Amino acid sequence: MAEDKFTAIIVGAGPAGSTAAMLLAREGHEVLLIEKGASPGTKNMFGGRLYSHALNRIIPEFWEEAPVERAVAREIVTFLNDGQAVSLNCHNADWARPPYHSFTLLRAEFDAWLASKAEEAGAMLACNIRVDDLLAENGKITGIRAGEDEMFADVVIAADGVNSIIAQKAGLSRMFSARQVATGVKQIIELPPETIEQRFQLNGGEGAAQLFVGDCTKGLQGGGFLYTNKQSVSLGLVVNSADLEHSRQKAPDLLEDFKSSPHIVPLIEGGEVVEYSAHLIPEAGIGMMPRVFGDGILVAGDAAGFVLNLGYVVRGMDFAIASGEAAAKAVMEAKRQNDFSRRSLGVYHKLLEESFVLRDLEAYRRAPEFMENRRLYESYPDFVTSLVTNLFTINGGRPAHLYSKILSQMKQSKINPAKLAVDSWRGATWL
Amino acid sequence: MKRLSAEQLLGLDKFLVDDDEGHIRLNKEHCRECAAKPCTIACPAGLYTIRDGEISFDYAGCLECGTCRVVCPKSGVAIIWNYPRGGFGVQFRYG
Repeated sequence: MAEDKFTAIIVGAGPAGSTAAMLLAREGHEVLLIEKGASPGTKNMFGGRLYSHALNRIIPEFWEEAPVERAVAREIVTFLNDGQAVSLNCHNADWARPPYHSFTLLRAEFDAWLASKAEEAGAMLACNIRVDDLLAENGKITGIRAGEDEMFADVVIAADGVNSIIAQKAGLSRMFSARQVATGVKQIIELPPETIEQRFQLNGGEGAAQLFVGDCTKGLQGGGFLYTNKQSVSLGLVVNSADLEHSRQKAPDLLEDFKSSPHIVPLIEGGEVVEYSAHLIPEAGIGMMPRVFGDGILVAGDAAGFVLNLGYVVRGMDFAIASGEAAAKAVMEAKRQNDFSRRSLGVYHKLLEESFVLRDLEAYRRAPEFMENRRLYESYPDFVTSLVTNLFTINGGRPAHLYSKILSQMKQSKINPAKLAVDSWRGATWL
Repeated sequence: MKRLSAEQLLGLDKFLVDDDEGHIRLNKEHCRECAAKPCTIACPAGLYTIRDGEISFDYAGCLECGTCRVVCPKSGVAIIWNYPRGGFGVQFRYG
């Protein structure tokens, strides 16, 4: 069997898996990258944006060849409440110049490209294969089984996404709870590029990223998102999966309601829906991280829960790429020692700590707890939208100074000042 | 923009349906005892419906997100979840 044995079998050709495969193959290791889809990316979806920094270190100036959509130059956070919307709108032209800060992109195309980079480096890509089980000998993972086929490796890297069947089979992670994940639903709506640029006030090639909080989720924990692609927008909702069970409407109807709100209609008017997709998002941060290494196995990307949601910033792909990089380095180190035991592969955890992956997830350890606060989805958006609307309303009524307007709106929106103070402090120190 | 039903939305997607093997199996005797049936609300594809008082599920339009697996109070027993066999199932053209 020795000649058939790979240094690494990587399950899942998403950003974590393809990055690990590419880096190992670059150093001349025998790598098998297995993908269950007909081609990489066909099973993947996300909201819409990649922060460039992690990939730019691995493939400098990747944007010159990667299928990216728009460089995000406009960030918008919008509070919604019925007919009212209040936005924070930030435009920075520098974000749309090299080294581009972030890009919107579409996963079917992008993931296929990244996997092709792994192939170019010498990795073997095998699509249309669902890994059914792990092979083990004396407690050490020695390979994978797919149908009748068995394949062997020094290390298996589970980069199989949020549902992480492989890490669960390895006994590294338990099934997560509905509270720890969110369900994302998204529609791709095609629009002419000029229309997108006019509607979002973008210079040619620039993109916008907009997050929504408020009644778009009808009081459920979560929010809306809109990312502009070259000739489409990605519009969707993310709702905590435990909350979604208690929704009065089915998930696809929630998104249709959001689409018909007066704040969204003018943005997508005349567009054509060309795809509908859904995906789980690991949202519990470091609190849901499995054991990321075992005897002969590593876990990377969404499978390890490496996603960060701060409400105004959502990150996943940069963590996936950097964890794939750390996994590749850990395998190389283990190969040098010719020791693929849990103890030896523990270097992976150290590499994650030294990289931004665990540094950032640790720094924002309490963000998921902050996001569970109902007031973020009900009373606060109500307060913000009503207050700001009031400030701009002139109707011949008795004048009131800002202070009294704020106090009276707090009363109307049922804002408890003590809780607001605590929430503000937590927001300022946890996010 | 006119409102789209779950069926119409799924009609936009590309699927390669595995006629020989359903990737998600239900043990309906457990579903009968489940009062809440959260899968019927939470499934983004709206594939879990109640017909004649009994749960009915069609794997053909599955988006493979895993929501039903995580909301099911008897996950692994009532809903036995897996991805479709290699190459089958939804094929996102955009993602």
